[in-house]
Amino acid sequence: MTKTKINELFDKELKIINIGLETFYRDLKNQEHPVIHVDWRPTAGGNKKMESFLSKLQ
Amino acid sequence: MIGEKIQQANKEAVRRLLNAQPTIVGMGIAGKDIPGMTKNTVLHAGPPITWDKMSGPLRGAVIGGLIYEGLASNEEEAIALVESGEITFDSCHHHNAVGPMAGVTTYSMPVWIIQNKTYGNFAYCTLNEGLGKVLRYGAYSEEVIIKLKWMETVLAPVLKATLELSGEIDLKPMIAQVLQMGDEGHNRNTAGTSLLIRELASYLVQTDFSTDDKVDVLKFMHSNDHFFLNITMPSAKCSLDPLEDIRYSTIVYTMARNGTEFGIRVAGLGNRWFTAPAEIVDGLYFPGYSLEDANPDIGDSVITETSGIGGFAMASAIPIVQFVGGTPQDAINYSKTMYEITEAENNTYKIPVLDFRGTATGIDIRKVVETSILPIINTGIAHKEPGIGQIGAGLVRPPMKCFEDALEAFVNRLEKEGNL
Repeated sequence: MTKTKINELFDKELKIINIGLETFYRDLKNQEHPVIHVDWRPTAGGNKKMESFLSKLQ
Repeated sequence: MIGEKIQQANKEAVRRLLNAQPTIVGMGIAGKDIPGMTKNTVLHAGPPITWDKMSGPLRGAVIGGLIYEGLASNEEEAIALVESGEITFDSCHHHNAVGPMAGVTTYSMPVWIIQNKTYGNFAYCTLNEGLGKVLRYGAYSEEVIIKLKWMETVLAPVLKATLELSGEIDLKPMIAQVLQMGDEGHNRNTAGTSLLIRELASYLVQTDFSTDDKVDVLKFMHSNDHFFLNITMPSAKCSLDPLEDIRYSTIVYTMARNGTEFGIRVAGLGNRWFTAPAEIVDGLYFPGYSLEDANPDIGDSVITETSGIGGFAMASAIPIVQFVGGTPQDAINYSKTMYEITEAENNTYKIPVLDFRGTATGIDIRKVVETSILPIINTGIAHKEPGIGQIGAGLVRPPMKCFEDALEAFVNRLEKEGNL
């Protein structure tokens, strides 16, 4: 994306989807920006050993 | 492929759970009806535990149980008896039984007899003592023992005679009904207790006991909103026990806590426990008490959540947030989140506010580990010292370690068998 296009984007009303840390969602919400939060976490909280067990059971 | 085998096994596990037909069939005596009891046996809640590792409320309840049985006349004698090695401790779950909080069950205690009519298996649970100074919270003063004796000599015989007149009581429609009336079957049992009284009252008055005894029994049930808890618990227990040993199933068929450890058992791993230190309950405390006074999570009552009610049906029991904390929306969110970690939606237990969606049923250890979402549990909070009783109520989760260890054991077993 060129710089001009980014500038164009910020000239419009922003549609924000927050994924992961809820703090960012809350900050925007407190500033009264429309925002949707997706409650996402990495598989098994990022625990590689557990991820490997889960993949063996597929 | 192993994934397909697991899927089939989990379908079978949930089929058994949903097909269960828990029914009150009578009132018995622990020593006579619970398998494997002796006069020196003390059953307790949660996974097996030794005296040296027991928490305050469980120790207190053991002391009270021994005094109640006449095996000791005071605390010192009870402790000396335990330390002599003459007392056999075992998990209620190893004897088809469940017990709230400390869960202490001894030889002479009356028990509800619940049968799963579909599979023929039984479950047992003592009668709920009410609030205040009670054995299940580790109290063992004279008033506690006097009440237990009254329960043995008046309450239980009156209820036994009543049940002989009323006949068996099918619990499934009754529990389905209480979820429509604001209960969730674990920490809110107001509707269930009322329905039970309504079911029994006309037969109770026809028994041959004195008017005073009948009035006392009705008053006792009426004064204790949790009287029905000791029925939802064995109902869940006998519904879940047929899931033990379903090869390849990753569904949890037991969750329980002894006040020191939380334990789970998984259908595909037989009767092996996976334990980790029990958590402290996050909740609302009665005046004068705080988090510092709380014992770690204790009791078999989490069998209700294992079966798909309790915290899993919290959206059915919106008023409970005034007791455990949070908002009505939190209660709805808790119930909704549980669909992420379960295999099915209940075909009988439904939640009105979720458009009568069936409760999340059949916890899958794979989904718990994958999503990091732990089962939500509504529960009472016991004081860490014996004899003080309930100091609050709130929400708690099991330790993730139980589920991770179970998953590891499941994979190791399949690898050993050459199935992976």
